[in-house]
Amino acid sequence: MAYETFYSDLVCIGAGLAGERVAIEAAAAGFKTILLSLVPPRRSHSCAAEGGMQAALGNCAMGEGDSPDVHFADTVKGSDWGCDQEVARIFADTAPIAVREASHWGMPWNRVEAGKSMCFKGGVCFEVEDKAEKHGLITARAFGGTAKWRTCYTADGTGHTLLYTLDNKVTQLGITVHDRIEAVSLIHDGDRCVGCVARCLKTGKLRVYLSKATLIATGGYGKLYSETTNTVINEGGGHIVALDTGLVPFGNPEAVQFHPTGIVPTNILVTEGCRGDGGTLLDVNQERFMHIYEPEKAELASRDVVSRWMMHHIREGHGVPSPYGPHLWLDIRHLGEKHITTRLREVYDTCIHFLGVDPITQLIPVRPCHHYSMGGVRTNKDGYAYGLEGLFSAGESCCWDMHGFNRLGGNSLAETIVAGRHIGRAVADYLKGAETTLRTDLARQAVARDEERIKRIVSGADGKENVYDVRNAMQKEMMDNVGIFRNGTDLQKAVDNLRELLVRSKKVGLRSSGVGSSPELAMAIKISGMVRMAICVAYGALMRTESRGAHAREDYTARNDRDWLTRTLAYWRNPDADLPTLEYEPASPVFHLPPGDRGYGKCEIICREEMNE
Amino acid sequence: MSRQLKFNIFRYNPQDPNSVPHTDSFWLDETPSLTLFIALNRLREEQDSSLNFDFACRMAICGSCGMVINGRPGLACRTLTSDLPGEITLMPLPVFKLVGDLAVDTGTWFRATNEKIESWIHTDQEFDPEALEERMENDLANSIFELERCIECGCCVASCGTANMRADFVGAFALNRVARFVMDPRDKRSDADYFEVVGTDQGIFGCMGLLACEDVCPRKIPLQDQLGILRRKMGFIGLKNLFRRKV
Ligand SMILES: Cc1cc2nc3c(=O)[nH]c(=O)nc-3n(C[C@H](O)[C@H](O)[C@H](O)COP(=O)(O)OP(=O)(O)OC[C@H]3O[C@@H](n4cnc5c(N)ncnc54)[C@H](O)[C@@H]3O)c2cc1C
Ligand code: SF4
Ligand code: SF4
Repeated sequence: MAYETFYSDLVCIGAGLAGERVAIEAAAAGFKTILLSLVPPRRSHSCAAEGGMQAALGNCAMGEGDSPDVHFADTVKGSDWGCDQEVARIFADTAPIAVREASHWGMPWNRVEAGKSMCFKGGVCFEVEDKAEKHGLITARAFGGTAKWRTCYTADGTGHTLLYTLDNKVTQLGITVHDRIEAVSLIHDGDRCVGCVARCLKTGKLRVYLSKATLIATGGYGKLYSETTNTVINEGGGHIVALDTGLVPFGNPEAVQFHPTGIVPTNILVTEGCRGDGGTLLDVNQERFMHIYEPEKAELASRDVVSRWMMHHIREGHGVPSPYGPHLWLDIRHLGEKHITTRLREVYDTCIHFLGVDPITQLIPVRPCHHYSMGGVRTNKDGYAYGLEGLFSAGESCCWDMHGFNRLGGNSLAETIVAGRHIGRAVADYLKGAETTLRTDLARQAVARDEERIKRIVSGADGKENVYDVRNAMQKEMMDNVGIFRNGTDLQKAVDNLRELLVRSKKVGLRSSGVGSSPELAMAIKISGMVRMAICVAYGALMRTESRGAHAREDYTARNDRDWLTRTLAYWRNPDADLPTLEYEPASPVFHLPPGDRGYGKCEIICREEMNE
Repeated sequence: MSRQLKFNIFRYNPQDPNSVPHTDSFWLDETPSLTLFIALNRLREEQDSSLNFDFACRMAICGSCGMVINGRPGLACRTLTSDLPGEITLMPLPVFKLVGDLAVDTGTWFRATNEKIESWIHTDQEFDPEALEERMENDLANSIFELERCIECGCCVASCGTANMRADFVGAFALNRVARFVMDPRDKRSDADYFEVVGTDQGIFGCMGLLACEDVCPRKIPLQDQLGILRRKMGFIGLKNLFRRKV
């Protein structure tokens, strides 16, 4: 058994915005850092974010009077009080610094232009005047669920430019990047994590990364669902290796966000910026409807609320029939050609190339689909994972937890570089004190286990199940029964069916030889981990008998602060089990902003007793 | 009536001693709005699970899926089969190292080239977390973004005669990237610094001006303009240097 071993102070599993930002901090402090990624870092999913990132700079006219306090309050309300308020506070305070730092590194943020300009809200045109003293500072646009215009952007390529800016920094610092590498297990002794085993996606060979600190920054797990805006590589690789230890909990797996505007049929996202800039949603009669359900915020209520009203409106029979099922329309025609081909060019290109629709003159077919994973590897406020020393997590893969049960648009890009900066420092501090023996015996055992597992899959020793059949069945189950509206009957059905799929997933055998990079083998290695994650989501949702943020139960419609102001912690302690162990902890150690009404969405609330006093 | 599409796909697994480069043919019924992304995944899941190719975002923004489609480099994810004839030939991008079938290693190539051209802001200024950001005109931010839109898909490199002939030529992508930093006032490099980076045969003077690159760029980056501006600028500095040496 020959394998290569790479030693470092820090290995980052994942090289999207979060992984790179942590790596920059550690490398700048002088620590040897290696970034791993399934794809070249610049192709990570972060590149797909269009709309922007929130930071309370308060530069533009419509952002006047903004402050981290207002941002904090919006974030907590958005989370439906599910977030950790200490973390939300760190986040809101640091976001402006992170934005300016990115600017210092070369990010071409759009800027304030002094003078009068015309804007749209809910299809109505109005005038704003930007002040001369703010001219040239970083500007912002509107996003859902915010009191002020706070979303900083670069046209509609914010994620792309931000990722290139950070990767330029990574290149400048000479940080080692190994791309086409997939982590398949963590190396640990039950107390401490000392790196990971990974498979090279160029050669198919296993290799070992031994490190004093290990970071999981693998992004979301949208591919548990069949209809998602996520990239095809968002399969939860980092969550699987963490959950597999039996020690590290998966926080709030049931907190899954659906985005109002995926295009039909390909689920490519059109940015919330469309509605932020004044786009409207129309039904089969080409009439607006959101203002009826949400008189104040209308199209710009938070994502969970808009998605639910859209599905509700479709269920009431107001959807537009199509071969791909009923959908609604997004109308941006009134924004005009110039606006659409500059500030919303990505949207324009997507419509032209993937739909054959010209959004300057035509309506865009949209429907809510899976978009974001609020849950993830549970950490403390400095990014230390629960359960294993030396293990950290940041970004979408992490349940840090500033999003609770619903993330606000623009708060996720912001999280990646804010948490990356904050947690990167914590990692550097940890490394300063770390006296870890990088045990090669543990590595050898871990590689042997993974090699045996792979051998059985390649030879079909456990069966001949087709990995794609199992995956497709899992994705369909999640879409059908663990979607936007949930209820006990469907969730129970999902849990039962997924448990059967778990059995099948362990009998997967290859059709191809598995020699070399073998994409079939890559999928086969993680399929049973993916099904376990799906079970965590479905089971967490089944047990949470309330509605909160994106978790909407038709049989428990109230938000129940008395019993459920908690965070789910799902552990997979026994590898042979077919259900996780669920534990709960308080949603937040402090409540600077006590639970209350969000100001949008339905507001049936069962209060905490002490709150009633 | 829907078409029967015939796919001719380049096959080779360099890790498999039994594998030799060849072409395999597959057939698929065409469905409405069929893209090469959907088609290739169907082929892998339904017909040959060893088929190797790259996709990530599948929305034409990550640059993973560059391949040669009926002789022309392009992004597979946003290529509709309805825009192609019934027989579709797919080859991996040249210039880059083959991983298997249609998948090539662009990561190593782009990282090395970005290192060569020092693709980052050069400044002595420290970041001050307390200070306001430096001001910039919005038009300038937009112009920088124009060039920053490159997604490193490699199509321009693959289509370039020079890059195909000489391994050390940095390609249109890199020259565009340099132009982006030249434009950015935050980068304090002088013209002479840039000259050192691209004023060579591996850089701007290697380009033969055939302009296959701009034609295939899926982001419609104005590569011709950037190459022209850079060539004039670097030519001028080259002349100045020559002059200085003689004096
Ligand atoms: C279409 C779209 C638009 C969006 N728009 C916005 C927006 O406008 N504003 C906003 O705030 N948010 C937006 N988001 C959300 C935001 O983009 C993401 O949450 C964020 O970019 C995640 O960054 P990350 O660094 O955590 O993960 P990612 O960028 O997903 O990076 C994950 C990294 O992990 C690697 N990886 C994964 N598994 C493994 C493994 N097993 N081994 C090794 N490496 C692995 C990957 O290769 C990758 O490098 C959008 C999301 C989508 C889907
Ligand atoms: S113009 Fe220059 S860079 Fe572009 S294809 Fe021709 S030789 Fe290559
Ligand atoms: S310049 Fe265009 S073709 Fe070349 S790598 Fe960039 S996006 Fe691709």
